[in-house]
Amino acid sequence: MENKKTVNLDMKQYGMVIALIAIFLLFYVLSGGKNASATNINNLIMQNGYVVILAVGMLLCVLTGNIDLGVGSVVALSGAAAAILTIDMKLPVPVAFLAALAVGLISGIFVGFFVAYLDIPPFVVTLATMLMGRGLTYTILKAQTKGPLQPDYTWVGAGFLPTIKVPFGNGTIDLICILVATIASILLILSEIKNINTKKKYGFATNPTWQVVLKIVVILAIIWFFFFKIATYNGIPYVLLLMGVLVGVYHFVTSKTVAGRQIYALGGNAKAARLSGIDTRKVFFWVYTNMGILAAVAGIVLSARNASATPKAGDGFELDAIGSCYIGGAAAAGGVGTIMGAVVGAFIMGILNNGMSLIGWSTDIQKVVKGIVLLGAVTVDVLSKRKKA
Amino acid sequence: MSDIILEMSHITKEFSGVKALDDVNLQVKRGQIHALCGENGAGKSTLMNVLSGIYPYGSYSGEIRYNGEVGQFHNVKDSEQKGIVIIHQELALSPYLTVAENVFMGNEQKSFKGVIDWTKTRTRAKEMLAKVGLENEDINAPINSLGVGKQQLIEIAKAMAKKVELLILDEPTAALNDEESKKLLEIMLELKKQGITCIIISHKLNEISYVADAITVIRDGKTIETLVKGKDEFTEDRIIKGMVGRELKNRYPERTDCKIGDVIMEVKDWNVYHPDDAQRQMIKNISFHVKAGEVVGFAGLMGAGRTELAMSIFGKSYGQKISGSIKIHGKEVHIKTVKDAINHKIAYTSEDRKNYGLVLIDDIKRNMTMAALRNFFSKNGVVNSSEEIVAAEKYKKLMNVKAHSIDQTVGSLSGGNQQKVVLAKWMLTEPDVLILDEPTRGIDVGAKYEIYCAINDLAKSGKAVIVISSEMPEVIGTCDRIYVINEGKIAGELSKEEVTQEKIMKCIMQHNGKENKDGE
Repeated sequence: MENKKTVNLDMKQYGMVIALIAIFLLFYVLSGGKNASATNINNLIMQNGYVVILAVGMLLCVLTGNIDLGVGSVVALSGAAAAILTIDMKLPVPVAFLAALAVGLISGIFVGFFVAYLDIPPFVVTLATMLMGRGLTYTILKAQTKGPLQPDYTWVGAGFLPTIKVPFGNGTIDLICILVATIASILLILSEIKNINTKKKYGFATNPTWQVVLKIVVILAIIWFFFFKIATYNGIPYVLLLMGVLVGVYHFVTSKTVAGRQIYALGGNAKAARLSGIDTRKVFFWVYTNMGILAAVAGIVLSARNASATPKAGDGFELDAIGSCYIGGAAAAGGVGTIMGAVVGAFIMGILNNGMSLIGWSTDIQKVVKGIVLLGAVTVDVLSKRKKA
Repeated sequence: MSDIILEMSHITKEFSGVKALDDVNLQVKRGQIHALCGENGAGKSTLMNVLSGIYPYGSYSGEIRYNGEVGQFHNVKDSEQKGIVIIHQELALSPYLTVAENVFMGNEQKSFKGVIDWTKTRTRAKEMLAKVGLENEDINAPINSLGVGKQQLIEIAKAMAKKVELLILDEPTAALNDEESKKLLEIMLELKKQGITCIIISHKLNEISYVADAITVIRDGKTIETLVKGKDEFTEDRIIKGMVGRELKNRYPERTDCKIGDVIMEVKDWNVYHPDDAQRQMIKNISFHVKAGEVVGFAGLMGAGRTELAMSIFGKSYGQKISGSIKIHGKEVHIKTVKDAINHKIAYTSEDRKNYGLVLIDDIKRNMTMAALRNFFSKNGVVNSSEEIVAAEKYKKLMNVKAHSIDQTVGSLSGGNQQKVVLAKWMLTEPDVLILDEPTRGIDVGAKYEIYCAINDLAKSGKAVIVISSEMPEVIGTCDRIYVINEGKIAGELSKEEVTQEKIMKCIMQHNGKENKDGE
């Protein structure tokens, strides 16, 4: 019985991964293999880095049963602030980065205060910060693009880790990539073994071996595919490293810590959470403050990648991030969703965008397709739950 | 005037296997005021919901004859068309709309295809208000600017606008003060003169014996008897006897080898005001104590203030301007938040487990450890999920939670099993004092018995247990000592040896009487 339950739970997670692979294969056929080229795989990561970072923060908001509409504007505002500090005021880049993070922190605290301590609905507060942030960005940039930013700034969004390239086939391959992929593989296998051992120690039922092996094989295949592709290109982008660290940390926080549990409990039933000793105001405050900081991180990455800050930067990012969470299985009512789901959701959106661009569909049509996919994913999710009930 | 307007015969209604109504018969004569009496959960409201079509025709068995015709009501509209209007305990008014708009809500005065005729609305609203003695009321004022008493009267005006023949009032005076109640009763007598039949559900027996022409007593979903004015004895004692006269055999497991020790918790001079209304005092100078190994009951009617008392003690979860002292093990403590309460080893299980006790979409395991997570299942903020699983498995077995695994969502469990999860959740916080608010509400007899056994085990292990219950037999069957609470005050204290249902009821009635005199 226990095993059966585990299978059911995991299937939902895997369903998204399967959808991701299916969409990728579909565009592989449609684009004649273009989307699997090393350059394109690298672009996928670079283009979607900030969406993933925002989706991670947004998931926490979605878990509480709310959203943050202001993140796109905070992305623009923090990027603009950093750009102005380095270009106009000639301040060192690290100072500019800290200032950008401070902008995010302040806007996060601002939202958190109104939401948590004054009980203003998050939709309203973040709609206000969306307008205020955008307006301030236009004001401080005087409605003009600020650039170009120097390489000591742009490395965050466009740079790569050091590489050791050796000849391979027709080109070269980066040994660092291979090394990182190997270490990741070993860590994954070790953690799975540790997991099984803990279960055995406590006498819990374990998943059937074939399932565990299949899971590891699929994950390893994806990891090696990605790393092999980027190894034949320029190596590991800094964005990937940043993404990896953030996803790892937030996955840990949401799934293994008391703080994470409190967010789920609040989203599932705020009244019950309060009567269980959870300070729901504090949880709300930190969730929104955290979103502000992550929006600033995304703002730095975006301005670095574009080598400039524009007043229109980050327009509509909030919707991409929210969409990623929902596609990744989070419930609009709160209490349900995972970081990994949100990341997969972000990549599904990313692969769709990228694939449609490659086969020459206009951005107008792309929006239609994205809308359909979002609605379809959530509808399937809701209907499958209804059947179970 | 002796013809029968309503006859309900052999009405049986089940909720997932539990019989809420069992072969109920009710006859109401035209132009009379007929009262329905019974304990909380006896089935009075269910019967009225059957009559008004809230539980549609076909969802129950039995027959309704109204004005000599068989009534088959599929929804409230059906019954309203026949002139049956029900006014629920919770008022169905839209707070920001005006008095006139509320009077004709769902029954709008139209001039032409959905266009509202405001002149007609206002003039007719005035007429309706005059019928309930509110002729001087401003019909353009928003309804929330009026007091509860007037709102209740406007509900009646609303019913009058629907050409009511049979008016059903469910606990109309529960939220009213004495003056307002009196006015409402006068209006009822006035309506009677106009030929309108009324069915009133009320706990306030003095009011019933004042207005009613006949009283039907319902107990455990069955009709016990119907008392007729002028024919039968019509005193409160007589009604109480009908309401509570049930045999209690082995419904409550005996508690043996349980030593009562020192006082664990002592509350003194506790005062609480309503969270939205700083003038309205909900708890007035209450003092009580519980000892180790003792089960103490808080008896009283709905709205007496028991839940408010418990929640205000439990980390100030209810009310404002809270004053008074709490001593735990003889030491005064200051409990400002639920976290403080948990740290001082107090636990509280809510009467509303679905809304305040559980995260229904989450699994058994996480619900069980929710309150104890910080103190017992984590280190430096990181959850030890293995220990969590061990504890959840242990309590699933201990409490006999019927579920296929601890990963099952609690929303899919039966009420009784959900209640066991709630109990386990608070036992895991290792409390010294457990306050159980309506621990057996809405659960079947078997699960009730298991909950009582759990209460016994808790007392035996030296914990102090407070049971809040509206079911008097339950309080009597499980508790060593009982505080009777009425209108935010302690109306009396009874020991296990002396307590009977009649005594509790009397305690409340006498206290009501005294309060009324004090008020005048």
